[in-house]
Amino acid sequence: MGRMKFICDAERCIECNGCVTACKNEHEVPWGVNRRRVVTINDGVIGQEKSMSVACMHCSDAPCMAVCPVDCFYRTDEGVVLHDKDVCIGCGYCSYACPFGAPQFPANGTFGLRGKMDKCTFCAGGPEENGSQAEFEKYGRNRLSEGKLPACAEQCSTKALLAGDGDVIADIFRTRVVRRGNGSEVWGWGTAYGQPPHPDAKAPEAEKKS
Amino acid sequence: MIRIAAVFLSVLFLVACGEKAQTASSSQPDAKAWEGTANVHTAKGYTPGQKAAWENQLRARAQTQNEYLKVN
Repeated sequence: MGRMKFICDAERCIECNGCVTACKNEHEVPWGVNRRRVVTINDGVIGQEKSMSVACMHCSDAPCMAVCPVDCFYRTDEGVVLHDKDVCIGCGYCSYACPFGAPQFPANGTFGLRGKMDKCTFCAGGPEENGSQAEFEKYGRNRLSEGKLPACAEQCSTKALLAGDGDVIADIFRTRVVRRGNGSEVWGWGTAYGQPPHPDAKAPEAEKKS
Repeated sequence: MIRIAAVFLSVLFLVACGEKAQTASSSQPDAKAWEGTANVHTAKGYTPGQKAAWENQLRARAQTQNEYLKVN
């Protein structure tokens, strides 16, 4: 088994937020915490509006692990980055270090106290016993130990969000790109290689001032 | 005799200068995902507790995301 990874196909994501809802429902994530969210760029620009589902990317060289002063992070054999809430002190360093904004902090309490960090677990729970109530209450469901993949990806209606062994989902994604036959017109190509944007793309009409 | 006593006492006093390791205890060792779970939600069609079976299960499950394998 290689490393567990997420890939989001921006050509397919329709910003339905089903992944966000599935995650919150599966893990009973508290109000104000979103382990996963959908980011839309070029919102309203015809032909250029693209959405992407973002959560913890379970980095191979995770900056959150590097900066944590209490070393609460660990990596499983499958490359999933998890953390121990019993060790976390809620300092927020991981939040500053993460390029994806994955670490979340519940802000409940009288003065909006910053609680222990919460983030996507790739549906792999935490250090508690697999599938136990204690694990569920702190980290949510442990679907990996049930032989399942993350709920967000498995329920994605357009299969934009892929999750699983990096080699397997990279093959799936590669097949799509080959079948599409897209080349320089594919979205994001211009950003990466300096080509002009999509020829059909046009900016929205300016709002009329009354 | 006095020399031995002096060495002994100096060692005794210098012990106080020692420092305990301040490294934060790392996370508890987590159970492996392939070891499975006892709850009723375990996916059917594979044997929990066998690493190879678990890996095959996840590979097969990942392919359900590949619509090019679908017949419809």
